[in-house]
Amino acid sequence: MATFIGEPAALIAQPSRARVLQRGLLNYLGWGLCALSFLLLGGGMVWILVTVFLRGIGALSFTVLTHITQGVGGGLLNAIEGTVLLAFGGILLSAPPGIAAGIYLSEFDDGLLVPIIRFFSDVLVGVPSIVIGYIGYVTLVAWLGWGFSVAAGSIALAIICLPYITRTTELALRQVPRTLREAGLALGITEGRVILHITVPMAMPGMVTGVLLAFAISMGETAPLLYTAGWSNYLWDGRFTHSPIGYLTYAIWAFITEPFSSAHALAYAAALLITLFVLIVGVISRIVLESRRVS
Amino acid sequence: MKSGIFSLRTLTALLGGIVPLSLFGIVTFLVVYSWPAVRFNGLGFITQNGWSLGRQYGTPVMVHGQMVLPGAHYGILFLIAGTLLSTAIALAIAIPLGVGAAMFLAEAVSAAARPWISFFVELLAAIPSVVFGLWGYAVVIPFLGRHLFPFMAHWLGFIPFFRGPTGSGYGLLTSGFVLTLMIVPLITSTVRDALVSQPAGFREGSLALGATRFEALWGVLLPNVRRVVIGSSILATGRALGETMAVLMVSGNALNYLPSNIYTPISTMAAFIVSQLDSAMEDPTGMSVRSLAEVALVLCVISVIVNGLASLLIFYQGRRKVAFV
Repeated sequence: MATFIGEPAALIAQPSRARVLQRGLLNYLGWGLCALSFLLLGGGMVWILVTVFLRGIGALSFTVLTHITQGVGGGLLNAIEGTVLLAFGGILLSAPPGIAAGIYLSEFDDGLLVPIIRFFSDVLVGVPSIVIGYIGYVTLVAWLGWGFSVAAGSIALAIICLPYITRTTELALRQVPRTLREAGLALGITEGRVILHITVPMAMPGMVTGVLLAFAISMGETAPLLYTAGWSNYLWDGRFTHSPIGYLTYAIWAFITEPFSSAHALAYAAALLITLFVLIVGVISRIVLESRRVS
Repeated sequence: MKSGIFSLRTLTALLGGIVPLSLFGIVTFLVVYSWPAVRFNGLGFITQNGWSLGRQYGTPVMVHGQMVLPGAHYGILFLIAGTLLSTAIALAIAIPLGVGAAMFLAEAVSAAARPWISFFVELLAAIPSVVFGLWGYAVVIPFLGRHLFPFMAHWLGFIPFFRGPTGSGYGLLTSGFVLTLMIVPLITSTVRDALVSQPAGFREGSLALGATRFEALWGVLLPNVRRVVIGSSILATGRALGETMAVLMVSGNALNYLPSNIYTPISTMAAFIVSQLDSAMEDPTGMSVRSLAEVALVLCVISVIVNGLASLLIFYQGRRKVAFV
């Protein structure tokens, strides 16, 4: 029979005072570094936003919103119109194939093309946007002879949006409980109708969010448009090819390097507008996503 | 189960097939179009320095079976160096910063405030890169060039690469800083999601064993999500490598020389395509446009490898996160 040498509590090694102190200090140091990282990240972001908002509001005026660009002055109406037009073009072209690919990946995951589409979609995300713009220039603008145009710019943006829409659609559909599909099939509804009338409506907020995010990405892109959409001081003339078009991100890049203060003002106004657009679309997409949880 | 010609399965497969087709088209086009340049430039393209279109009004000559301007030479070692170094600097700062901020968001922020702060961080990932470039150009460069760089050269000058001259503020370190801020939100939001979704048992178990909350986070939760940390860092690498506008505006667009210290102007492959396409189109033989296509091909291959690695890693961790660029 075992004999106790002392009280059971004495058998547990008591940590030394130095060890306790060391752990306490490391604890505070760790949290301190985490907080510092967060503050640096947040501080940098606030710095950017404050810069853009302060300088942008100073430059923004009614004239900027209602007049077209003249040389290095005037307004940005042409650029605002072009940004919205190009982003809509990109979404119109990329949403049907992107959503179809998402539905295929999620609902027919035994399909032959599934691994191919998924892998290529993941890799397509990584293709730098300037590469897409460059190819758009060589093929559409130069080889097909479309010139700088809405069509070339929209196609470049569409290729950038495709993998995002595919992935967000697939993720949204995968969150729909399997039992709902089984319930539909058990009632004798065909597979296609189950998807169109049960699964897709349930996943709609997530899918809409994905499309909105792609819209925000399109509006903020510059590199793929520089050599596909070109730039124009005038409003869109309604032609899809042979007619360059302005957009806000170009105005930021081109006008800030000009030596005129009127050009700088346009650049800051454009930066404020594009940041606001992107943030507003981001907030709307969040609201759409949250709306499902409430109902 | 029905599967006719017009079934939803066939329809979505056909439409969705556009996704792989577009990538296939991009890669095929780049290879075919840049092939004459690949043959003309040989291996020297990535091992030598010096991008020169040749004599603009000289009579084109035949070299390696390709018509080129006399004296034309294309070597992009300085672009590869600029791209990899600026990305390396950005990662060296962004990974600790991003993981630290993720730990803070996951454990130290109250549950009520967390969605809002996380939402804020994610929104920042959506700020267009040209806005980062504008901020870098108008605000960061004057600040760094006048204040921080002379200060760093003075106090860190004993480290060879940190010695002056500090230049005007355009350059390698500035590009690294701006890239850092662009990729940190990606790392933070991915790692934070992974930390929050860890089973509560891990945290409770380590707390019950007497660990402090930080020790539980650092010693148990963080090692559990290391694949996510690595995967999101690789995704961030891909984004930094291909970033164009912000780098174009703050890098100084150096041509044909390697950085001698951390303040030297550089250029990256992506920024170079934008800054050189106009002058490349002046080349009547078309070799410089094709050599630019080769730059795009090299960039594309590096990015595709990097992203392929990341998606494999994250795939094995069993979570797929939407990277919002």
